[in-house]
Amino acid sequence: MSTNLTASPRPPASPLAPATRRERRRRGRGGRFTSEQRTIISSHQLNSRWGRRIYWAVLAATVVGFTAVFVFPLYWMVTGAMKTGPEFARIPPTYVPSRFSLDGYRDAWRLMNLDRFMLNTLQYAVGAWAFALAFDVGAAYALSKLRPLFGNVILLMMLATLMIPPTVLLLPTYLTVKDVPIVRLDLLNTPWAIWLPAVANGFNIFLLKRFFDSIPTELLEAAQIDGASPWRILRSIVLPVSRPILGVVSIFTVVNVWRDFAWPLLALQDPEKMTISVGIASLRANMPQTTMTAALVIASLPTIVVFFVFQRHIMAGLTAGGLKG
Amino acid sequence: MTMLESTPRGGDRRAARGGRARGPGGGRHGRGGRSGRSRGARLGPAARRNISAYGFLSGALVCFAFFSWYPMIREFVLSFQRNNFVDAPVWVGLDNFRTVLQDPAFHAAWVNTVAFTLLALVFGYLVPFAIALVLNELRHARAYLRFVVYLPVMLPPAVSVLLFKWFYDPGPGLFNQVLRLAHLPALSWLDSTGTALLSLVIVTTWMNLGTGTLIYLAALQTVPGELYEAAELDGAGALRRVWHVTIPQTRLILLVMLLLQIIATMQVFIEPYLLTGGGPEDATISVVYLMYRYAFSYGNFGGGSALGLMLMLVLIVFSAAYLRLSRDNT
Repeated sequence: MSTNLTASPRPPASPLAPATRRERRRRGRGGRFTSEQRTIISSHQLNSRWGRRIYWAVLAATVVGFTAVFVFPLYWMVTGAMKTGPEFARIPPTYVPSRFSLDGYRDAWRLMNLDRFMLNTLQYAVGAWAFALAFDVGAAYALSKLRPLFGNVILLMMLATLMIPPTVLLLPTYLTVKDVPIVRLDLLNTPWAIWLPAVANGFNIFLLKRFFDSIPTELLEAAQIDGASPWRILRSIVLPVSRPILGVVSIFTVVNVWRDFAWPLLALQDPEKMTISVGIASLRANMPQTTMTAALVIASLPTIVVFFVFQRHIMAGLTAGGLKG
Repeated sequence: MTMLESTPRGGDRRAARGGRARGPGGGRHGRGGRSGRSRGARLGPAARRNISAYGFLSGALVCFAFFSWYPMIREFVLSFQRNNFVDAPVWVGLDNFRTVLQDPAFHAAWVNTVAFTLLALVFGYLVPFAIALVLNELRHARAYLRFVVYLPVMLPPAVSVLLFKWFYDPGPGLFNQVLRLAHLPALSWLDSTGTALLSLVIVTTWMNLGTGTLIYLAALQTVPGELYEAAELDGAGALRRVWHVTIPQTRLILLVMLLLQIIATMQVFIEPYLLTGGGPEDATISVVYLMYRYAFSYGNFGGGSALGLMLMLVLIVFSAAYLRLSRDNT
């Protein structure tokens, strides 16, 4: 029964995983091009004399070009922060800093309140993740499996929010958070201003509900007949088989909070409450360029580390959202 | 669809079973059912299912209501009101729209936003597809190339934008250094009306290229190899194989990505906000940035909401097409 459970929900997170394994095997053995998956150019063509020459030229150009375009700017950023003020302003610039010192980074950390910004952003990301997961999973489960009265209307209204990008609603959302109707609370400059709007994400509902729909109802009915409550069914049957989609939703939510700029710019204007992106941007006029550059490096470290660790999940989640979203 | 029918059936079956169990059990032993069961008898299983369903829904419902549905309505209301948040708001009809339309920056903002979107399409739509085509043919260094192309996407956008602000510096900036090495005249990038918008497009493209590339790459891997085989046998060259096999096979995803990119780039805000402040001479002001300016520089939320409403109506057309496409094909 358990194999049936894990196999049947179509896991949207998988399309890239087999590909990477296949490629590792594909690397030409003994110098000849063989390929398990036929692409535009056949292995036969690549094995001709000119085919080989052109192939290696294109490969070299691509590797060099990509490194120059995507890696070199990052190298420039990391080393730029090590330069002294005069060296930083020199024309033509030095390609390797004359000394490797971390003073720039230390200044940035000390002068720009970066620890505060980092902790704030972490707090917003973790809270948004917890709330989004708890509430959106609950909602998607109710809409998919419990099917209450007006469930379809609610689902339609939640999915309709996908049609309207949040950016165009920035102003009314700001005013709402400033003075929440009925309860009359001002949530500006509190973590709630990030946490609660993160729950109202139609895409999460869409992904989760589509996944829950693919879990066979017979299983849940069997549990129900045995007297399991909806809460117990969610916990012991639905959640364990939904790990892939929960991973995708988690990564999306956390990365979105970390990357977002416009909303925290409006909602968290108090310098003590700012996110790392907004905080650094707010100091851009008052800091020497070397310190600023060091701050940029520090601000990008967390997401880069996350990328190194969860690289495959992130890329797989990307195609899950992009292809089917 | 099967789920729609099967769940109520499950509920009925349960009700029948509950009824049977309660009858003889209660009669034979002369004691009442457990409290849960008697509550069930009063409410009925459908009602109980509804109550627990709304329990699970409540958190998300409240958040959607306050932070998604209500702001949508509020956007409409605000754009027809004059509201200084001290006195009672006054209905002013189309006055806000008139104010915004007469603003010279309004015209500039829309022209820039459309120009930005089109330029970003040329770079950010065609280039990733071309890159994905090449990557899919390569047999080496694929993991590295894929990692590297996605690296900028993982930087927070504010970091990428501020990094490029330094690169665009006419003096020690990286770009003018590259031009000097190539013996080309230096440019003033963000400071000139001629190049400012293009500079913003370059940043956007750099930081978003990886997403499109990886999505296309995944799509290319689903194209059946036999089709290329057949095309080759018919004498089609590499370019004709792209045109007659690859593009028709990936048509859907190409269309979806086109719509998604239009929707995303029309909301451009952070690039002009951090790089140019809308200048020089409104050359880079965008609709969202003008909306921000109305609200937080002029204190005119009515005008800002009117702008937001206009952009919303434009974007809804694209997102409706997108949702329809992805609904029909999942």
